[in-house]
Amino acid sequence: MAKEKFEEAIKRLEEIVHTMERGDLSLEESLKAFEEGIKLVRLCTKKLEEAERKVEMLIKNEGNIDFIPFPEENLKNNG
Amino acid sequence: MKDVWTVSELNEDIKNLFYEHYGFLWVEGEVSDLRRPSSGHFYFYLKDENSRIRAVIFRGTNSLSPFAFELEDGMHITCRARLTVYSPRGEYQLIIDRVEPVGIGALKKAYEQLKAKLEAEGFFDAARKKPIPFLPNRIGVVTSPTGAVIRDILNITARRCPTVNIVVAPVRVQGWEAPGEIVEAIENMNKIGVDVIILARGGGSFEDLYPFNTEEVARAIFASSIPIVSAIGHETDYTISDFVADLRAPTPSAAAELVVPSREDLINTLQSLKRRLINLLRKEMDRRLLQTIDLERRLRHPREVIEVYKSRLQSLERQIHRWLLYQIRGFNREVDHLSQRLKTASPSNLTDKYKTQVQLLKKEICAIMKNYLAKSKEQLTLEEQKLGTLNPFSILGRGYSVAVKMPEEWIIRDSKTVSQGDEIRVILHKGRLLARVAKVE
Repeated sequence: MAKEKFEEAIKRLEEIVHTMERGDLSLEESLKAFEEGIKLVRLCTKKLEEAERKVEMLIKNEGNIDFIPFPEENLKNNG
Repeated sequence: MKDVWTVSELNEDIKNLFYEHYGFLWVEGEVSDLRRPSSGHFYFYLKDENSRIRAVIFRGTNSLSPFAFELEDGMHITCRARLTVYSPRGEYQLIIDRVEPVGIGALKKAYEQLKAKLEAEGFFDAARKKPIPFLPNRIGVVTSPTGAVIRDILNITARRCPTVNIVVAPVRVQGWEAPGEIVEAIENMNKIGVDVIILARGGGSFEDLYPFNTEEVARAIFASSIPIVSAIGHETDYTISDFVADLRAPTPSAAAELVVPSREDLINTLQSLKRRLINLLRKEMDRRLLQTIDLERRLRHPREVIEVYKSRLQSLERQIHRWLLYQIRGFNREVDHLSQRLKTASPSNLTDKYKTQVQLLKKEICAIMKNYLAKSKEQLTLEEQKLGTLNPFSILGRGYSVAVKMPEEWIIRDSKTVSQGDEIRVILHKGRLLARVAKVE
């Protein structure tokens, strides 16, 4: 799932719940809506449980942009 | 040493002496006699209470200053310069390459000047602001790589959502080099393609925040195709960068919270939505199940249903039959009655009736008329007889006569009304006499 789709997924999920709450769906439609809803919950949850983040720092390497891991010692309370 | 110098040689030597002795130097003073000819260079005097020195800023040099301000007469500045000799005139002057207004007043002035200029250019328009993504994948942080700001941002983003990646572009946030580094960092972030940029700096004096009030940084923020959240200084500080940025956070910590949603909240929201979905489906299934049970209970064998309907149908048929008979009888009676009434009311009946009546009346009228005529005749005869007796002349037949005074022709009733000799007429039964009164007796 693309990152910018997360918000849309949550919105769609809320829409599905509201539609089901109105209770005017046929059984088949209810099942379909439920299925779609659960799928979205799984996708969103998965997105939130992805691997730990990377913290990097941009450096210039002979005129090119390069990344190095962010030096953790910078975060010590020294200034 | 030479015995005799040419003027050029001397000026050249002095120039070298100046360079060697002073190198780059910082001078403070007030701007006076400022001129800017079409060449675009600035010429003025830098002066204090007792003294002045020629100064020049070559065109384009002023953009090296981190301050977007216009030089004005009377402005108090600090400048970095080299002292040199203008050989054609043998005058020494300062060639200035960096200028900084002195004092908060001048800084504020530059700030207001730039703010007005960029506002007029539409840099602060709400319509130009880009939306901040809901859940970014990677955040660019442009700030000092050390200190509380980056530490807070990294801590808060880690706490809120440890799956969001961070790229830090280390920059100086103060001093001469700061604006250029910040501009380059924003450009690099656009090159590597992060989802959102946090531009942050901790608190400091108005002068400390100055890189964020420069035109070049403002333009870099405006040019960025990636949304930028600014968090510069304390909550009460508003820099030009804050106005240009797509979103202003009061502090760097707040910026981190604005940019990264809380994973816990999101998971709770998702779990709650999931629970509601499951409950809804369960409820729906329960409802359907109950409906089925109910339908099953109400479902009977078709024959049984048919029998019920059959007997009901028969009963209805009987009822309808009875009802129809009753109705027909009723109608018959009604028809009889109406036809009777119709006969009586028939127009032919009426004609006959009127005919009879007319004849009857005719007869009656004839009788009445006859009767009346007879009676009238009788009456008339009677009246005639009566009249006959009353007619004064009819009695004449019995031998009476009437005397009339002449010529007045009134009937004489009294002898005293005539005199002897008067002419009188005597009317007889038959014929008349003209006489004269002989004597009144």
